[in-house]
Amino acid sequence: MFTKRSWIFVSVLMVALLVLTACAKPTAAPTAAPVEPLTVGLLLVGPANDAGWSQAHFDSMAYVQEKLPGTELLYLENVYTGSTAHTMTPSELAADMAAKGAKVVIFNSDDQKDHAIKFAQENPDVFVIHASGDTAWKEGKNYIDLPNLKNIMGRMEYGKMIAGCAAALTSQTGKIGFLGPLINDETRRFAASSYLGAKYCWENYLGKDPAELEFKVTWIGFWFNIPGVTLDPTQVADDFFNNGYDVIISSIDTTEAVTEAKKFFAEGKQVWAVPYDYSGACEGADDVCLGVEYFNWGPSYVEAIKSAMDGTWVSSFELVGPDWADINNRDTSMIGFNKGGALSAENAAFVDQFIAELGAGLNLWTGPINLQDGTPYLADGEVGTDLQVWYLPQLLEGMEGKSE
Amino acid sequence: MSIQTPAVKTSANGRKKGLLDFGIRLSAVILAFVFTSLILLLVKADPLEAYKTLVTGAFSTTSKITSVAASWVPLVIATSGLLFTFTAGLWNIGMEGQIVLGSVFAVGAFRLLDNTAMDPTLVIIIAFIAGALGGILWALLPGLMKVYGGVNEIFGGLGLNFVAKTIAIWLIFGPWKRPGVASSSGTEWIDIKYRLVNMPGTNLSLVILIIAVIVAILTAILLKGTHFGLKLKAIGKNYKAAYLLGIPTTRYFLMAFGMCGLFAGITGAILVTSKQYSLIPDAGFGYGFLGLLVAMLVNYHPIWSSIVAIFFAALTIGNTQLQYMGLSTYFAGVLQGILVLFVVLVDGLRKRLVRRM
Repeated sequence: MFTKRSWIFVSVLMVALLVLTACAKPTAAPTAAPVEPLTVGLLLVGPANDAGWSQAHFDSMAYVQEKLPGTELLYLENVYTGSTAHTMTPSELAADMAAKGAKVVIFNSDDQKDHAIKFAQENPDVFVIHASGDTAWKEGKNYIDLPNLKNIMGRMEYGKMIAGCAAALTSQTGKIGFLGPLINDETRRFAASSYLGAKYCWENYLGKDPAELEFKVTWIGFWFNIPGVTLDPTQVADDFFNNGYDVIISSIDTTEAVTEAKKFFAEGKQVWAVPYDYSGACEGADDVCLGVEYFNWGPSYVEAIKSAMDGTWVSSFELVGPDWADINNRDTSMIGFNKGGALSAENAAFVDQFIAELGAGLNLWTGPINLQDGTPYLADGEVGTDLQVWYLPQLLEGMEGKSE
Repeated sequence: MSIQTPAVKTSANGRKKGLLDFGIRLSAVILAFVFTSLILLLVKADPLEAYKTLVTGAFSTTSKITSVAASWVPLVIATSGLLFTFTAGLWNIGMEGQIVLGSVFAVGAFRLLDNTAMDPTLVIIIAFIAGALGGILWALLPGLMKVYGGVNEIFGGLGLNFVAKTIAIWLIFGPWKRPGVASSSGTEWIDIKYRLVNMPGTNLSLVILIIAVIVAILTAILLKGTHFGLKLKAIGKNYKAAYLLGIPTTRYFLMAFGMCGLFAGITGAILVTSKQYSLIPDAGFGYGFLGLLVAMLVNYHPIWSSIVAIFFAALTIGNTQLQYMGLSTYFAGVLQGILVLFVVLVDGLRKRLVRRM
């Protein structure tokens, strides 16, 4: 349809347009003066020094302030449903932060999901980041069109696989305990990923029969201990150790698994733990800590806050993976793994090999994978999509514990 | 004139006594502040700064003032309920559990009537009635246990608080859990059409404010201006004497519990429809316990309790601001507890002193 002449015409037009916009830029520059630093509000579900989920978020704010000088931080701790620390609800607390000048508010917990949505709806001029949620995921099951809301989450599946691998390599009894928080899509997915990692290393590096690997999940009922409401994670950890489970993979916000492992170690028992969330969670636990899979929120938050500052913000669902070139690079990798003092040199080499394999494209979410009740989930050779992994409906075949 | 003189004299005496009472209470409050200031100094915080933060945190903006009002509402209703039992000489420690049951019943009504063609306003009213029934039921239990089983209402109430929370947790993790989820975060939110709407730009629904004012006035009238109130008071002063004078104490005990449960249930329904929108494990938010403190602080006086409740509600909102200055929000709770402790303590000392004299 297009003749040669019309092509030339269009090309000339395009070039002219480009030149014009290029010329226009310098004249527009003075109005786009240096972008003003923002005030960021951060609602932490737990304490800022929990050596877990909340501290990983809190410490990332120092990184934000380093990369975006002048950024002011307002933060509140213990913001969760029914918290006795605050009478105002999470959405009211966020509104208070906005009244104090916060332009970006970060809700750091799944627990705050309903309030994050409510606040985003009621405050369209405030940018909202909800960590771990799926509200902004167009293809997801819970999509709501909210231009001012962004979801950020790390592909912790990989971190959990590494944790599972380290646990399976180290366990002497072949019994791994998974200290789970509440049950939802996220926690099912992470428990299952831990199991897949454990099974892979058990089978391929140790040459053992996967049927001999026991993997038990106990859920406490919330992200951390609430006395009188949840199971006591200290008690759950003790039960694991007392029943022959010699490695605990923790998936709760706090550090009870490591604390209890230290206690049992001091009594002469051979036990280990893999904490979660926070890069420094193994500190002071060299005797029992195999390593920690952690979140590095800083770079993602810098990007999001920068976009709020310069007007390029768009609602998005960001599922950020590790930087396989160096998973512990604080500027590029959302997911990291810090080896602990109790991981033997031999097993550390296996863990490195496993990480390298993952980086080279090994995908453990490849069929055949059956659900806990035996229902086929992924057919032989079928690779799980993000949706299939995110919304895993049950634990997997071979895992012990409740699915919902 | 000669007949009137004693009356005048009595009222003058009364005024003097009232003034003395007030002075003693005021000194207790001052003592409490001195004591909490010492605690603050111990943790190396500036007491004046902390108090200022509490006050500005509660009253600096419209949204905060309305937050205080929204916190005052459940507190004043819960306190009003407790005034009935306190007047009858009963320690209804089970108030918190009664609020929880009010929430349970209200949420239950919403779940039952959701997706029906029924008018949302009607559903909300039914939920309030259901909540009231839940509260009454849970309050009558310790009442019946006391009257017929000889169980002290303090122990009965404590036990039932525990049971109420267990019921809530069971529902949240069991029959009422969100699909595929097991979390103490609570049940799914009630539909937006059932949530009470806040006045524009505020954190307060006008409906609940009106309910609270009505409850407070009704309580003052019933307790101070009716035979019912007078009889409750007689029972509270000396129930054996009241019984001998012909007051059916059993019935009045149960009526006091019933009134308290009614208000507890309404409190629960209010918390569901205006604040939490769901059932959570600690559905009472501590308002039952806080109500006990307020009632004790004002020596069970209805009008004063409404006023003091403003101060306590302000603390529940202002406390959040303490976190911004690096202090624990629980400090406000410490202040509330110490206040009551000192008032009760000073009152006890005064009585002892009067007896000696």
